[in-house]
Amino acid sequence: MPKEIQQLDRVIIRFAGDSGDGMQLTGDRFTQETASFGNDLSTLPNFPAEIRAPAGTLPGVSSFQLHFADHDIMTPGDAPNVLVAMNPAALKANLEDLPKGATVIVNTDEFTKRALAKVGYSANPLEDGSLADYKVSPVPLTSLTVKALESFDISKKDAERAKNMFALGLLSWMYNRPTEGTVKFLETKFAKKPEIMKANIAAFKAGWNFGETTEDFAVSYEVKPAALPAGRYRNITGNLALSYGLIAASKLSGLPLFLGSYPITPASDILHELSKHKRFGVRTFQAEDEIAGVGAALGASFGGALGVTTTSGPGMALKAETIGLAVMTELPLVVIDVQRGGPSTGLPTKTEQADLLMAMFGRNGESPLPVLAPRSPSDCFAIAIEAARIATKYRTPVIVLSDGYLANGSEPWRIPDLSELPDLSVEFTTGPNGENGEFLPYLRDPETLARPWAVPGTPGLEHRVGGIEKSDRTGEISYSPANHDLMVRTRQAKVDNIARDIEPLEVDDPTGDARVLALGWGGTYGSIATAVRQVRRSGAKVAHAHLRHLNPFPANLEEVLGRYERVVVPEINMGQLALLLRGRFLVDVISYTKVRGLPFKSEELAGVLQEVIDRAE
Amino acid sequence: MPSENNGAAFRGLSLVPRSDTAYKMKDFKSDQEVRWCPGCGDYAILSAFQGFLPELGVPRENIVVISGIGCSSRFPYYLSTYGMHSIHGRAPAIATGLAASRPDLSVWVVTGDGDALSIGGNHLIHALRRNININILMFNNRIYGLTKGQYSPTSEAGKITKSSPMGSLDNPFNPVSLALGAGATFVARTVDSDRKHLTEVLRAAADHPGASFVEIYQNCPIFNDDAFALVKDPAERDTRVLRLEHGQPLKIGEDRGVVLGDYGELTVVDLAETDEERLVVHDAHRADPAYAFALSRLDEPAFAHVPIGVFRDVEAPTYDAAMTEQIEQAKAQQGEGDLAELLAGNDTWTIG
Repeated sequence: MPKEIQQLDRVIIRFAGDSGDGMQLTGDRFTQETASFGNDLSTLPNFPAEIRAPAGTLPGVSSFQLHFADHDIMTPGDAPNVLVAMNPAALKANLEDLPKGATVIVNTDEFTKRALAKVGYSANPLEDGSLADYKVSPVPLTSLTVKALESFDISKKDAERAKNMFALGLLSWMYNRPTEGTVKFLETKFAKKPEIMKANIAAFKAGWNFGETTEDFAVSYEVKPAALPAGRYRNITGNLALSYGLIAASKLSGLPLFLGSYPITPASDILHELSKHKRFGVRTFQAEDEIAGVGAALGASFGGALGVTTTSGPGMALKAETIGLAVMTELPLVVIDVQRGGPSTGLPTKTEQADLLMAMFGRNGESPLPVLAPRSPSDCFAIAIEAARIATKYRTPVIVLSDGYLANGSEPWRIPDLSELPDLSVEFTTGPNGENGEFLPYLRDPETLARPWAVPGTPGLEHRVGGIEKSDRTGEISYSPANHDLMVRTRQAKVDNIARDIEPLEVDDPTGDARVLALGWGGTYGSIATAVRQVRRSGAKVAHAHLRHLNPFPANLEEVLGRYERVVVPEINMGQLALLLRGRFLVDVISYTKVRGLPFKSEELAGVLQEVIDRAE
Repeated sequence: MPSENNGAAFRGLSLVPRSDTAYKMKDFKSDQEVRWCPGCGDYAILSAFQGFLPELGVPRENIVVISGIGCSSRFPYYLSTYGMHSIHGRAPAIATGLAASRPDLSVWVVTGDGDALSIGGNHLIHALRRNININILMFNNRIYGLTKGQYSPTSEAGKITKSSPMGSLDNPFNPVSLALGAGATFVARTVDSDRKHLTEVLRAAADHPGASFVEIYQNCPIFNDDAFALVKDPAERDTRVLRLEHGQPLKIGEDRGVVLGDYGELTVVDLAETDEERLVVHDAHRADPAYAFALSRLDEPAFAHVPIGVFRDVEAPTYDAAMTEQIEQAKAQQGEGDLAELLAGNDTWTIG
């Protein structure tokens, strides 16, 4: 008799296991299957900084959460409906996030006395009734996998390692996911080890068949494809989208891309990705340190390339002096900071938004520069292009503040047609610009206040730039008080003027009469937008706006702030945007902050908004 | 070393366009007033460099000089080429990005002992080991000049300065040893006041494909006057300087020479007691750097026997050429990048 299929509108699954259990890969494959099925989705990988923390311990737990739905969703979800726990540590580390009634699939083979003791379980939670509030499905994943692979000529260890594919197969059956993609993936991944390849495919299929045949799983579920805007889609992470955005910017501007970078979590994947695309003329330079990374990028910019450097907080601190040199020499430079928890080494693999003030002010002297922040993994593509546009048009370093959540999280992305992308073409200065036929490297465009970009190799325009204060027009060294005052104000005006050239802040206020505005920036977009929806569903009114441009602010920001009685600013820091808004606009915004290394839970934000709305009534 | 006629092709400039313009020294002087202290060794180096640049035979606009911070780093302002006076210690990193992305430029780094060996030590050694096609001229005056007289990483131990009133506790770097230890493929030493020798060394550096490192003994008349008097003074010079000439025996004046010791070190001997046949014949092209390193250790005790000239000049693949080659190889194997194809990837689905 065919098993019952229940319809669901959305599901949140969390795969959790030891760092060595392949949970990121399992999550990734389930995500790809889900994407190709056409659901909307959002993911949250969460893993320790240690490559292999001691096996079976709480610090060694690695997890991957996936939220998928038949409608558009914006976050990886607050609490999982299903937890797959590969060992006692994974169960213990994740249980507190589960709502009552959630499904827990546990690998019973790993619930040995020793493994339980290692994480402080005095009794087996599968037997002592402590999981009574959950729907527990005990499955001996390891032994079932080993048994299924008996006929393969592989070691017991290799057979056990395939248990993640068994789990993936089981979950794929439960949620009616397509399987061809995973089979194809395994064929490619293990092309050079055919026996391992066949064994992994067999484990994957065994997991599926186990779900179909065993009576432990009576029901499977279906989540229909989501009705997203028409187009061709793919799944994309923030770091991949940033990499593609940079390559696209290089093509659109006609400037060769040069990346100077030093490996750092969670930004390294951009270096890895760009190093694969040499056929686009991309030059990647793995520097000796963070300072050399940005230095080489600036050197390349001086030579007429699209110079880019990528890093995270600690690297930003080291690059500050060179970014100041880029401000002074007024050369284009794109600086990407994939923020992580700080201070110091902080939380290398966890997310945070605490580098905003450093991006704004973290250099000596008055050194203003544009600051941008993507709002979702796929938005990283557009932000990279926008950063390159501003950097090349205004001859300025631009800082992009991504974060660990955006970097590793993924969502469906409607692949843009190339004709939708902006023209970034750049014209280098090729002739003298002075009244007497001379070249004045600091004579500005009256509209943009940008100075000429004359690259070495251009005859007659030989000139010197540098970090010492420049004389207006000529660019010669100048210590004149009046000139310094003029130049400081001019550099500021150049950045301020960019406000005329960026999109105005869009406000989502369907009824137009909300009294409370939720205002966020960067990677919190999904959480805030979901919270706003939840508040509206309960009948309250709330407006939402989200900043992608942090410096300069959109020209209409002050006016928007003035329209609302209360403005709530949720941030994953101690209130950095709130400080800027108060200082700049004298608006008493309500700052709501959390710094747990994780995205906001929408439920929690909805509560915060509701409370402010209630007080405003 | 190339022939001395103007416009001779320098191997290190093989990717730089040639120029038919017959440049003169004055064509490389900028309109800026030179602002070093009277008597500074930098004047002589600047003049020799300006006099040498026409020899490169490349368009002036294809020459770039990048410096860090310090007295010597004002150099780019006084040249009519492209230039950048950057930040302390970082010139090799900035020059690396420029040279790696623009093989059509002749890129020179001008730095000092503090800039190159203290705050910028890391960039220097990495630029050298990568063998990126840049020429690094390090003016060594063994003192911090611009900050008014603190000891530098090449100051002799025990030096009394403003920041070391009881004598500095640091052991100095030997810049030539350091460069060789970093795997430099071209290392030379010359002296600010010896224009002919300085020009010969510049020529050899320009000819060398890859990173070249030139230490220039430079006098600071204000804070460390006469630091190199013993190798400059005509009365002393000839008995102290070991002029390195490829293929010639290592001799110091007429009376002393250099032989190989039991452990691979080099030892100075009196020619009255040693047969001249035993002297080591200078070979700058030895692949193994051990010999050049042994040469660099002859400096001590203070100026008793100082090698001047090209210690090492070997050919090796250059970073910038290899980077370009990988790009060409990728294009040849996979074709030019197609943006639409890249963005789509392999796993797509269509809605609507």
